[in-house]
Amino acid sequence: MAITSNMAEEKTTSTFYPLAVTLRISKYNPKTDHEKKWIDYKISYEKWTTVLDAILQAKSYSDHSIGVRYSCRQASCGSCGMIINGKPKLACFTKISELNSGIVTLEPMKNFPIIRDLVVGFDRLFKTHKQLKPFLIREDSEITTKTTELLQKPDEVNNYIQFANCIKCGLCNSVCPTMATDSSFIGPQALAQAYRYVADNRDKGKDDRLKIIDEPHGIWRCHFAGSCSQVCPKGVDPAMGIQLLRGYLLGFRS
Amino acid sequence: MRESVIMKIHYGTALAAVALVAVHILFRLTQGFADSLSYASVIANYQFLPYAGMLEIILILLSIHGFNGLRVILIELKQGRSYEKAVSYGCIAAMVAVIAYGSRTIFMTSMGMI
Repeated sequence: MAITSNMAEEKTTSTFYPLAVTLRISKYNPKTDHEKKWIDYKISYEKWTTVLDAILQAKSYSDHSIGVRYSCRQASCGSCGMIINGKPKLACFTKISELNSGIVTLEPMKNFPIIRDLVVGFDRLFKTHKQLKPFLIREDSEITTKTTELLQKPDEVNNYIQFANCIKCGLCNSVCPTMATDSSFIGPQALAQAYRYVADNRDKGKDDRLKIIDEPHGIWRCHFAGSCSQVCPKGVDPAMGIQLLRGYLLGFRS
Repeated sequence: MRESVIMKIHYGTALAAVALVAVHILFRLTQGFADSLSYASVIANYQFLPYAGMLEIILILLSIHGFNGLRVILIELKQGRSYEKAVSYGCIAAMVAVIAYGSRTIFMTSMGMI
């Protein structure tokens, strides 16, 4: 009975696609422009149309010069992060129909240098990620004929697995208030990755990593705003990882 | 000094200061605020050595905590090797100056020189 009434309700409130939406894109080329401009594009969309689909539609039929970075279109590569209606999201993972807005504003991510329009430079993110040694450190890491798998129990995998889901999209760094003012801060993405390896019982590089983050612009500059965890499209909780890492440095964990 | 050691001191001084300032406020409450701020009462407090010792400890704890907090705020606002060095040494110097000046007041009053 409840199901039929829900179906009836759905039928009366059903929307007829395609609908129209205005994409308001921030256009800015630091090499040629003095300030950013907002350009509107009228796009028709279906229920399943993602923001990335809409941008590509605008790029194909209205303005070839729109700068956008994308690759996998399935929230795996982390290329298409941008600010959608004021919130950092992946364009390929956000449907226009779920935004409930006649105008969709698109801006490049904050706390990153703009290359052009919606494309930002990831140099700092990759540098800090690399700095934290994102790989297993072991003395026996060389592959020999006697090398076997490094087996783990499910509980040991659970200690770090959510942090292994990071796709390096940079959304966490773009909302971090410390990243906005401290140009030397390591950032939530790299700190979460540091925890990913520190919590992995196959890894023996804990001391190295803790030394890297225990710097004036390291882990202690996190104010636990928690925005990084709020925006992560893959369900990673960098804020929790940072607090757990602090536990190691304060002597609560070993 | 490693940042984790500095932050342990930062958190430790905060906890200790909260406890001692609570004791300080409770002492004031037992006397009533108006009476406790009278000249004779303030001088009497300084001349009661355990209380003067507690005030000295509060001064040291709050100076360490406060100036380290200021250092953290300043290095988050702007970065650069020489700037950060200046901020760190500046904060240490200011902390020492505040502790020295406050201690001078506490010692002179408790020894009856004021």
